[in-house]
Amino acid sequence: MRSFLGSLGLALLVLVGGSLSVRALTADDLKPLAEDDFGAKSQALERIIAAGDATALRLLEAMNQENVVATSDDRVLIQDGETLKDPITGAPVTVKAGDAQPITLNNLLRARVASGLSGLRLQAPDRAVREKAMNDLFREPDPAAKLLIEAARNKETDPVLKSKLDQLWALTALQDPDPSKRLQAVQLIAERKDPQMRSLLMPLVAQNKDGTYAESDGKVRAAANDALKAIAFEEWKIEMAGTLFAGLSLGSILLLAALGLAITYGLIGVINMAHGEFLMIGAYATYLVQEFFRSHLPSAIDWYPAAAVPASFLAAAAAGFILERGILRFLYGRPLETLLSTFGISLVLIQLVRIIFGAQNVEVSNPSWMNGGIALMPNLTLPFNRITIMVFALVVVGIASIVLNRTRLGLYIRATTQNRRMAACSGIRTWQVDSYAFAFGAGIAGLGGCALSQIGNVGPDLGQNYIIDSFMVVVLGGVGQLAGTIIGAMGLGVISKVIEPFWGAVLAKIAVLILIVLFIQKRPRGLFALKGRSVEV
Amino acid sequence: MLSPLSWRLLLIGVIAVLALVPICSMLVPETSPFHLSAYALTLVGKIMCYAIGALAVDLVWGYCGILSLGHSLFFALGGYMMGMYLMRSIGLDGVYHSNLPDFMVFLDWKALPWYWHGTEHFAYAALLVILVPGLLAWIFGFFAFRSRVKGVYLSIITQALTFAAMLLFYRNETGFGGNNGFTDFKRILGFPIAAIGTRTGIFLITFVTLVGSYLACRYIVTSKLGRVVMAVRDTESRLMFLGYSPLGYKLFVWTFSAILCGIAGALYVPQVGIINPSEMSPGNSIEMAIWVAVGGRGTLVGPILGAFIVNGAKSFLTASLSDYWLFFLGAMFVIVPLWLPKGVVGLLKRFFVKP
Repeated sequence: MRSFLGSLGLALLVLVGGSLSVRALTADDLKPLAEDDFGAKSQALERIIAAGDATALRLLEAMNQENVVATSDDRVLIQDGETLKDPITGAPVTVKAGDAQPITLNNLLRARVASGLSGLRLQAPDRAVREKAMNDLFREPDPAAKLLIEAARNKETDPVLKSKLDQLWALTALQDPDPSKRLQAVQLIAERKDPQMRSLLMPLVAQNKDGTYAESDGKVRAAANDALKAIAFEEWKIEMAGTLFAGLSLGSILLLAALGLAITYGLIGVINMAHGEFLMIGAYATYLVQEFFRSHLPSAIDWYPAAAVPASFLAAAAAGFILERGILRFLYGRPLETLLSTFGISLVLIQLVRIIFGAQNVEVSNPSWMNGGIALMPNLTLPFNRITIMVFALVVVGIASIVLNRTRLGLYIRATTQNRRMAACSGIRTWQVDSYAFAFGAGIAGLGGCALSQIGNVGPDLGQNYIIDSFMVVVLGGVGQLAGTIIGAMGLGVISKVIEPFWGAVLAKIAVLILIVLFIQKRPRGLFALKGRSVEV
Repeated sequence: MLSPLSWRLLLIGVIAVLALVPICSMLVPETSPFHLSAYALTLVGKIMCYAIGALAVDLVWGYCGILSLGHSLFFALGGYMMGMYLMRSIGLDGVYHSNLPDFMVFLDWKALPWYWHGTEHFAYAALLVILVPGLLAWIFGFFAFRSRVKGVYLSIITQALTFAAMLLFYRNETGFGGNNGFTDFKRILGFPIAAIGTRTGIFLITFVTLVGSYLACRYIVTSKLGRVVMAVRDTESRLMFLGYSPLGYKLFVWTFSAILCGIAGALYVPQVGIINPSEMSPGNSIEMAIWVAVGGRGTLVGPILGAFIVNGAKSFLTASLSDYWLFFLGAMFVIVPLWLPKGVVGLLKRFFVKP
């Protein structure tokens, strides 16, 4: 019965409101806008807002963008680009050149235009417009919009928007003298779990100097406390998700950098200090492909990565093949000297690139589809370029896994890794396997360089920044096993990102290093060591 | 450990240097061809410090089979400890005329951090030069050797250690002058640091230290302990089957080598007048290894020779063809293991010693 009466009252209210807006706006209503009296202007503005129809919306939007002009005979017109239109009929109007002057508004009126506009939009027939208006109000809560929100809340039928309006209403009702309304408001705000609402709730739990609470009602206070806790938990969740994403993103980069290293180290027991330079070669190959597209195929520039990926693989793989055939081959069995030689090669490569391309970084830009990101939560945006790289890393791991486990070359590589002499006895040309595996590992590093060029600087010492971290991945994950490398890379990435907010990037690196040194106390051969019987592995 | 003839030759050589260098640097007029300029004195003194460092690397690499890529860290740590003393002895003569080192005034620090206390005393700083690299090496070595990390794994981890330390020293908050490190030294033990007399003194001390280090290393490698250490290098597992625990031997050689390197760094800083984190960059450690490889690994004369050859070439080439120095260095890294596996000493032996 009561609800019936309530809805009857509501209906009456709507009727009254509706009857106000039934009388359409006339040119006379607008006239004061063209005059100089701000009091009259304010009244005219209220009249427009009260009208609340399509004409009013059009006028307010134009006023908001300062596109309303007045002629010398006090006609008010909307300027739409080059043409002037009558605000009521919408018909184009011609006036003498220089006759139309923009109308003047003061700050008070401008604010009223904005709030009136969002109020009208709250009831606009188009759902998207309504939703946008609500989101705008959440971003910049406006106490003056209280009545508009209440009116819109009564009319709204869409359940999602209705709950949004409830929360908007709650924002205005926090100061309501009635404790039950305040309680309801706090509960509605709590549902939203928006960190921005914290500043609204904080005053409710604050203590005055004399020990009494600013909020007299205990229930409201308790509800506010709960709401704050819920918000804090929500924030913690967002932060965790952000950290996890950053960690996995770093991990996928480390994975791309370390994968080839793990393969070659597992196979020939050689730590390749020039591995970082294969990353660099891949990145510079990407740069060259981009430049080629820029000058020859500017229309397809967005798709240059499609050509850059194979190009960077081939460039790095060729470099790796030459390095193995030309130098490393003669140093097998002397791992420490190989390490020194590869370091020398990395010096030469860096200097070579410095002479060819200059010591400055070169510019590799994202294709346009990699810009932007997914806004997962209000404070958490996942950039597309990082997501692309994570997917890319997954694909590369997949391909590497197929090559290693499903192809003849992979079979040979695995056999040679496990027992070189036995493999040779079975007729495998191990020296060829070495070359191809080395080129394959270098090629994967080239792919890593292609990926890195999308998120970081491309310069001659690009590889140096990643090489030590990728060594750590190999130490952590063990050699010759994809699973170890993946877990090592992701673990290292996530751990670094978890520690970073507390201690900063440098101390995080040191902490990770100490963790690794402690870790190899337990597992000297990494997470996934190959099992064997010989003493000297 | 040395034949009587060698002892005699060494003694004569040392006395000759101790007598001639001061005469040539201070008494001979500058116009004379026998005059030793301050530049030459510093250059040779610097290379002698490198030679001590190379000896230290060779002791662990050539005799114990541990290729350390972290010796520039010990070198720089020794340098930093000496640098702390030198900074403190600037006194009130700094740019800001404050009791604190200039960079601390610049960072608006009000008091010395705790680890700076007492560094105004030379004896304490000298103790730190030995203790800090030694202790760090001992702790790191204990954990690494106990879990039997070796070969390239160990090399990589020492490199990571150095890299992390370099990042740490680059921070201003660490309290070692950040990027710029320590410089603008004024005096050492009361003597003005740029005076030719002081330079000659430090040069002679460095020379004596080099000879002393050589003899100490010689003593170690010819002792019984040295033979066990070489057995660790050749086949560690066989040694373990014979009942030895390699941990103590490796740890001793490793720590001794780190201390030697720290002393070299401490002698290096007053001569070049600056120490900053780039001194401990991983690349520097690897360069130390190439001095050893060029000279001849597993001999004690080799690293000294190598340090002089490589650094002599470096100071010549960086002055005239700076773009190509890295090519030359890189080529050395490739050529020496390929065609000169025993280094210059091995080459000389082939020509002069009958098999």
